[in-house]
Parts: sequence; C-alpha cells; structure tokens
Amino acid sequence: MYDVIIIGAGAVGCAAAMELSKYKLRICVIDKESDVCEGTSKANSAIVHAGFDAKPGTLKAELNVRGSKLMKKLSEKLDFAYKQNGAMVLCFDEADAGKLEELKQRASINGVEGVSIISGDEARKLEPSLSDEVKAALLANTSAIVCPFEMTLAFAENAYANGTEFRLSEKVSAISNKDGVFTVTTDKGELTAGIVINAAGVFADEIHSMVSAQPMKITPRRGEYMLMDKAAGSTVSRTIFQLPTKMGKGILVTPTVHGNLLAGPTAEDIDDKLDVATTRQGLDEVRAKGSLSVKNIPFNKVITGFSGLRAVGDTGDFIIRESDVKGFIDAAGIESPGLTSAPAIGEYLCEIVSGIIKLEKKDNYIDTRKGVVHFGTLTKEQQNELIAKDPSYGRIVCRCEGVTEGEILDAINRPLGARTLDGVKRRTRAGMGRCQAGFCSPTTMALIAQKLGISIADVRKTGAFDADRRQDDE
Amino acid sequence: MNKYDLIVIGGGPAGMAAALSAKKAGINDLLIVERDSVLGGILNQCIHNGFGLHTFKEELTGPEYAERYSDMVKQEEIPYELNTMVLSLEQTEDGLKAVTVISPKRGVQTLYAKAVILAMGCRERPRGALNIPGFRPQGVYTAGTAQKLVNLEGAKIGKQVVILGSGDIGLIMARRMTLEGAKVTAVAELMPYSSGLKRNIVQCLDDFGIPLLLSHTVVDIKGREKLEGVYIAKVDEKLRPIEGTEEYYPCDTLLLSCGLIPENELSLGAGIEIDPRTNGAFVDESLETNISGVFACGNVLHVHDLVDFVSEESSRAGASAAEYILSGDRQKGRVIDVNAGNGVRYTVPCRIDLNKTSELTHIRFRVTGVFKNTAIVVKSGDKELLRKRTQILVPSEMVDLLLKKEKLSEIDQSIDVYIEEVQK
Repeated sequence: MYDVIIIGAGAVGCAAAMELSKYKLRICVIDKESDVCEGTSKANSAIVHAGFDAKPGTLKAELNVRGSKLMKKLSEKLDFAYKQNGAMVLCFDEADAGKLEELKQRASINGVEGVSIISGDEARKLEPSLSDEVKAALLANTSAIVCPFEMTLAFAENAYANGTEFRLSEKVSAISNKDGVFTVTTDKGELTAGIVINAAGVFADEIHSMVSAQPMKITPRRGEYMLMDKAAGSTVSRTIFQLPTKMGKGILVTPTVHGNLLAGPTAEDIDDKLDVATTRQGLDEVRAKGSLSVKNIPFNKVITGFSGLRAVGDTGDFIIRESDVKGFIDAAGIESPGLTSAPAIGEYLCEIVSGIIKLEKKDNYIDTRKGVVHFGTLTKEQQNELIAKDPSYGRIVCRCEGVTEGEILDAINRPLGARTLDGVKRRTRAGMGRCQAGFCSPTTMALIAQKLGISIADVRKTGAFDADRRQDDE
Repeated sequence: MNKYDLIVIGGGPAGMAAALSAKKAGINDLLIVERDSVLGGILNQCIHNGFGLHTFKEELTGPEYAERYSDMVKQEEIPYELNTMVLSLEQTEDGLKAVTVISPKRGVQTLYAKAVILAMGCRERPRGALNIPGFRPQGVYTAGTAQKLVNLEGAKIGKQVVILGSGDIGLIMARRMTLEGAKVTAVAELMPYSSGLKRNIVQCLDDFGIPLLLSHTVVDIKGREKLEGVYIAKVDEKLRPIEGTEEYYPCDTLLLSCGLIPENELSLGAGIEIDPRTNGAFVDESLETNISGVFACGNVLHVHDLVDFVSEESSRAGASAAEYILSGDRQKGRVIDVNAGNGVRYTVPCRIDLNKTSELTHIRFRVTGVFKNTAIVVKSGDKELLRKRTQILVPSEMVDLLLKKEKLSEIDQSIDVYIEEVQK
C-alpha cells in the first residue's frame, strides 16, 4: 500500500513526486512508457515562459510565474541546463500595438518583472535577424530556455533518491475506490494507495474517468517543429514569439539551451492521442510562419523534425484539484505553460495532498542531484582528470555532439537509467547532432545490449525490449 | 614529444594513402590519428567486392583493400593512434598547426605539426535533413548505419525493406539485405536518374529483380514505435510529390541513401573555406586549402564513387604535404581560377597555382545531369586546353581530366570546364 500513486512520469508527475518525496510518504510513479519524459514533456518548445501571456487570476498565470521564479535555482541544485535568454513578442501591424500593451499590463498584474515595449528598430538592434516588417515588440527579460528531458529526469532522479518507486512500462487499466483506498489495476498487477494523482498528460481524461463520473475532455493539440544544426544556433539569441492567436502562441523561433535553433510549433487539434507524426503541411507552415519573424532562417540546416501533443483541457485553465472523489487528484489540461509551471504544480499538488493527509518532513531528504557529466562543457583540466580516473571518458562515441563512452555508460548505469537509444540520447545528447545517430547508434546499441544482456538487434529506439517480438523471429 | 612534421587526420583509405606517399617522399616524423579502433575507415564494413580495379588491377573486398594499405602502413612503420579523435585544429603564431586530440591513452592533448592532411571522410544525410514527414519509429536507418549493423555487428535489422535514394550504399544494401533473407520491395529515387554507379544498379537491383522507381520519393512514414510502412509518391519535374500517386509499401525497415556530406566541422573551426557545392574545402592543384600547410583529400574533400580515386588523390595530397614540409611554403605564382561551366557542378581543384603545377594536373568534377554524346571542353580564354568526346556522362560518375604542364604554361587567365553539345 502506497500513500500516493502518481500516474504519469512526465514533468508534472515527476515534479509532484520530487515535492512529495520531501515527506515521510510511500510514493510510486507509474508510466506506460519505458522511460520518464516520454509524452508531452519530451516534445515542446522548452521555454521557461516569463508569465506575461497567461490571463491574470488563472492557475496558469499563478503557477507560470512561480515556476519561472523557481527554475533557475532548481537547475543549479538538480544540475540541468537552463539559460535566461530573454524573449520578444513581435507585432507586425501597428493596429495590433494595443495587444502588446495588453500583454505588458498582464505581465504587471501577474507580477512579471523586466517587461517593456520597444520599437521595431530597437528590436532589430537587439536581434539583427528580425524581419523588417516588425513594427514593435514586447521585450521580456526573464524568459528562459531549459532542457526538458534533463529537467524531467532531474526531478525523477531526485524523487528516486528520496525513496520514490518508479514502475515504468506499466499501464493502468482500471482504478477502483473502496473505503478510501484506491486499487490501481495495471497490466502487471494491482497496487493500492490512499491518494492517486492523475498526471497522465493527454490521457488524463481517460484516467480521470476511471474514477470520477464528472466529465473531462483532453484534446491533443499537435505541434510540429523543425530543429536546426548548432551552426544555425546563433540566428537569434532570444526566444522570438509572434503575437498570440486563438490557436496559441504562434510560431516561435528560439535557440535551444544546447545551442541549436528551433522553429515551431504548429497548432492542430487532433483525435489520436498517439499521433506524433509530422506532416508536409505542418512543416511547410513552420517554415512560412517562422520566416515572418526572422529573415533567412537556415532551413537547409534542419537536422530533424518532430511533433508534440499539448494536453488541452476543456476549461481554458489548468485543472489541478481534488476531484469529486476524495483522494483522487487531477493535474490535467497541462498545456503551455506547463513545462514552466511544472515545479510550481508539484508544490501545488503537495499542498492539496497536505489537506488530505498530514505531511511530516523527512530528516534525510536529499535536495541535490548530479546529472550525467557533459564532457564537452568541462575545462581541459577537468576532462583529463576524468579520463585519468575512467579512460572511457577519453573515447568519443557521438562525434557530432562530442559525447564520450563514459557519459553513455553513466546514462545506462545510473538509477532510472536509459534502456533505449532515445533514452541515451535524451540523457547524453548522443545521436542528437547533425548526423542524427548515424555513426554512434551501433556503438550505443552495443553498450545497451551489454547492460541488458540482449542481442544488439533487440535494442529498441524507444519503448521496451519486447520479448514477444524476438520469439516471433525465432 | 608532441611535435610532428605531419599529422594525418583520419586512418581510412585517404589518410593511409596520404601518409604512405608522404613517407615515400621523405617524411619520417608523421602520425595518423584515427577515431575508430581499427584502420580502414568505412571500407571495413564494405564487405562486397569491386574495390581496387585501378589500384591493384584486381577485384578486392573493402576490408581486403583496407588491409593492403594498413599492411603497407605497418611495413613502413608509420605511427598511428587509434581511438583518437581530433577535437580542434588551429594555427599557432609561428605557423604550426595545433591539433587537439582526445583518447583514453592521451586524455585531451594538443599536438603540433608543420603540416596537416585532412582525411576525415563523410557522413550520410539523415532522415531529418530530408524533411520526410511522418512518425519517427524504429526501423529507419541510413544505409551505411544499416550496413555497419548487418556486416560488423551481425544484427538482423528487418525482413521487409524499402530504400529511399539510389546512392551506391543504398544499392549495395539492397543486395545485402536480400542475401540476408529480407525482401526489398522497392528503391525510390527522387531524381529522374540514379545517383549510384551503373554496375551497382545491374548487380544489386536488376540481378535480384528489385524495382528502381525513378522520380519517386517517400512522403509519409507510418508506425509509432516500430516502422509499419511508407507511402511512396511520384514527383513532378520540380521534384514535388504529385497528389494522388501515393502508394503504400508495408515494411519494417526503411534505408536512406540520399547523399553523403563531407565532414568538415573541424575544418570550419580552423577557418578553412568550404565550397558550398561540394561541402569540401576549396583547394588548389596541390590539394592545399586556403590555410597553407593544410591539405585535404578523399571524401572530406569531395565525395568519390571509387576508392581507387580516393587513394590516388590522397597520394597527391601526401606528396604535396611532403614538399611543403621539405621546401617550405613555396612562393605563390600566378593563381588562376578553375570555373565550372555548363553542365559541370564543381571542379576540384578550384584554382591552380601555375608555379606549383607538376607534369600532369588532375581536374575532377561531376556533371549536373545526364549528358549523351557530348564533349568535355577545357578552355582558357580562347585557348582550348582539352576536348574529350563522351558517349554518356552521369552525375554518379566522377570525371577525371589530366592537363599537361605545357598546356598550362601557355595560359594566363582563368580556366573554364564545361560540357558542349555535339552535332551528330
């Protein structure tokens, strides 16, 4: 019997686990995927929004601003990449100048500092690649970029270090509630808990409906992106938004925290919660709309395209509350600014839990976490020290991103370690570069195969090693 | 201890041939740096035959060809270091080249050399760069990665295969996968002609009844975790997919053979000027880049179709580097440009230093399309330096021209290389 079962190992589920693991609780995180950060959390713009966009008075506004303020310190304590690069919202039509003013007022009500309105020329002075059509812009200095995988992994690993159990590759099929005890049925068995937190992303409505009779609908809103080579990474230094439309924040162009250039997302409501395919129309739209903001985006340097699904709720705001069923807490409809808000959502969920059961602080809580070393970011002296201790750090496996065998072995061998090529990629960046794993994947596959004691052909790109499939082959 | 006359970056066919030739020209203080755990580069995974017809007058497999060279390297006692990757290349104030390497043995260390030969080879264009829409499942590989998995790791990667792109590695892998028991249903090629060698189309596709769909491309990829199939559509003359022509091909494996890109990130970091047509360095006839004492050869300079051409070219780079080391940076003579004219995509070299030319100057290039019954013409102003009738020219086959020294001594302005229609 657990005190709390969290369904979903994305940014929100892991943030909740991290927050709750400060207390004397038995916590378990369940996810149907074989790794943490496999859904919405892995495919998004990776922006820490300043908080000028959310409507004042909403949970989105409150948690966005709080999350944005927490993020820098968390990134230092938990060792994930974060950079405050600032943002601009571009206005292309003088008639829309009022909309910038409105955003500025929102910023002020929401308590966001460092927001001002500048002219098109001032904007171009700060970002020389901006289009000549830019008439004015909102400048937001506290906007930042983050590595969403590292962030989620950091939350998960910290929660794990503080005693949280993770049950991955386990799919919840039913939840029942009797005498204040939830029984969560999965494809691997039954688990019980006093409290269940639903952080199931685009599937949150399905999980919710297993318990509650109150309606909830989550619509997957697909966003397509194009990621460009690091050689294009300095095209802009800030995150460049366009004035929001009904369908979202428009196409943004931003450097990533690792120095690539990212353009996207489109916004398309779809039915299929698994449909993370890109489309020709979508990629064309990214190209066309992105080019409105920034001149000469080097689309010939695209190294990959991808899609993510935002979990759009039916209330216009985040749905974070104890449901009509006591002890069953929803954290649903976490669309943008969900990534930014995640740490604040974790706190907020913890508060809700404290209203249900009494929380008692742990004595031996660990508040830091050390990530996989990123060899390339070390000084030469540090690099040589590391190689002297462990020669596998002297062997480059991923030549494009300069990732060493030591880093890959660490990613595989650490708690909640990588079991797939994508798992290694998200922890180390091996395969994230311009050749997109062409050279390094056979070596990485061999290292994973060795760890799992399977053949190299059975190493998966994503998902779990599938024994059935191997039997089929034999 | 860390100072050398010559450092050769890369121990594949280009690097080994360059080092051997430099050694032969009297350079004893040299080092080959190779990131893999063996010499030979990509040849090690090319277990098919067809290598060495020009160089050794016999047909070898890739590993055999590599072994001939690595045996010579060992015989000549040319030092080489494996598992060693170059992180950066810079010039020092006193004209030396600083080569920072990493290896388990050395750690991160900077070596110095009078001259450097770039022989890092090329990489494959990945799916992302092709902007093929759809899912990103397991089962999509570049042809070379698949080749490594199948030939070196012994992995069975799939049973039903579609190949996009008809580059040579894709064609070779069509045959290889068939021999491994897989069914290759189609090879789709965006262009109206193949980018692979004729002999590979015959021996790898025709002999196995594998259809080559020219002017076709993959427009969608299905399967969330594992590849389930692809849609292939016809393209119009502007290479845009034609709506309504999509056909579904179930498959568990999609191999991409859509072009090779010389791997010049190191060169760019060193300030070497890169020709956007080849993605390789701009070089003169001695294969020297814009940085004196830095030479380039093999697939890092421009993508070759025959390893024999790589070896020959690299020998010249080795000899040029030796001459640079032994006689210092020679005074530059009159430098003339070599221009790619009608039908010629690029030329290597792109400039000729008339002071440095040897008895024969190679000009290598690829054509922009298929040309039947034409002539290759090399002209300088009004002076025709060379005219060569050809029955057929295709982009997949590199052309190698030789200009005699006496011809070059007559000229004083830039050279144009172009294809001329011939009246029948």
